[in-house]
Amino acid sequence: MSLAILFYITAVITVACALFVVLNRNPVYSAVTLVLCFFSLAMLYLLLEAYFLAVLEIIVYAGAIMVLFLFVIMLLNVGKETALPVIKKIGNFISIFLVLIFSISITTILVINHTGLHQSTDNSEIGDVETIGYALFTKYLLPFEIASLLLLVALIGTVYLAKKRTT
Amino acid sequence: MIVPVEHVVILALIIFSIGILGVLLRRNAIIIFMSIELMLNAVNLCLIGFSRYYNNVDGQVFVFLVMTLAAAEVSVGLAIIISLYRNRQTVNIDEINLMKN
Repeated sequence: MSLAILFYITAVITVACALFVVLNRNPVYSAVTLVLCFFSLAMLYLLLEAYFLAVLEIIVYAGAIMVLFLFVIMLLNVGKETALPVIKKIGNFISIFLVLIFSISITTILVINHTGLHQSTDNSEIGDVETIGYALFTKYLLPFEIASLLLLVALIGTVYLAKKRTT
Repeated sequence: MIVPVEHVVILALIIFSIGILGVLLRRNAIIIFMSIELMLNAVNLCLIGFSRYYNNVDGQVFVFLVMTLAAAEVSVGLAIIISLYRNRQTVNIDEINLMKN
């Protein structure tokens, strides 16, 4: 029961951080708040007993990706936006309206029609390194290899895009 | 599970909607990338919730692959932003209309 309360508190922190990321004018504040958001998401993963992915979230997202973001913000010297992001044009109202419709409709679907879901009664551990590693290297060996190929392509593409044109 | 799976999915939905709002509202390309990261994380949370619910490791393997994809996407996207800034001296997507005409 106390774990459930912890889950809801962490959920509120996550949503507040996400809102702050989207609605803040200064990109540096947004990036730092996004790090906090990833940490609370890692907490949620821990509470859902996905231990390996919680650690991976902190290492990959909060460690690698956000450092890249902050580095680019520093490199480009992006200042504050002059206007507040919300409520300037009619298009903004339309987008907020569409997102509200989207979330309300999907929530309705979720709340009304969940009779097809049957929870598993098996209570074995699934979130540790051993089970995920076993699945990755047996059942999902081909996607794993393709993911490494994807990383190689991203590496080559990044180097090509970011290098200075000398011709 | 400590909470019903519906609550996890609704939380993921809220985070995903905030991500969509960021993509639609903001004009700064870097903030738009951060919003895309938020959306990917919402999907990850949903996958982990259902993986716990069905006690099946497949969802967590998917999350692993999504994290790989996010790393690749961010590196390429930020390289595009850097090369854009080098050519146009801005990251405001309203001023980037090279392919409009």
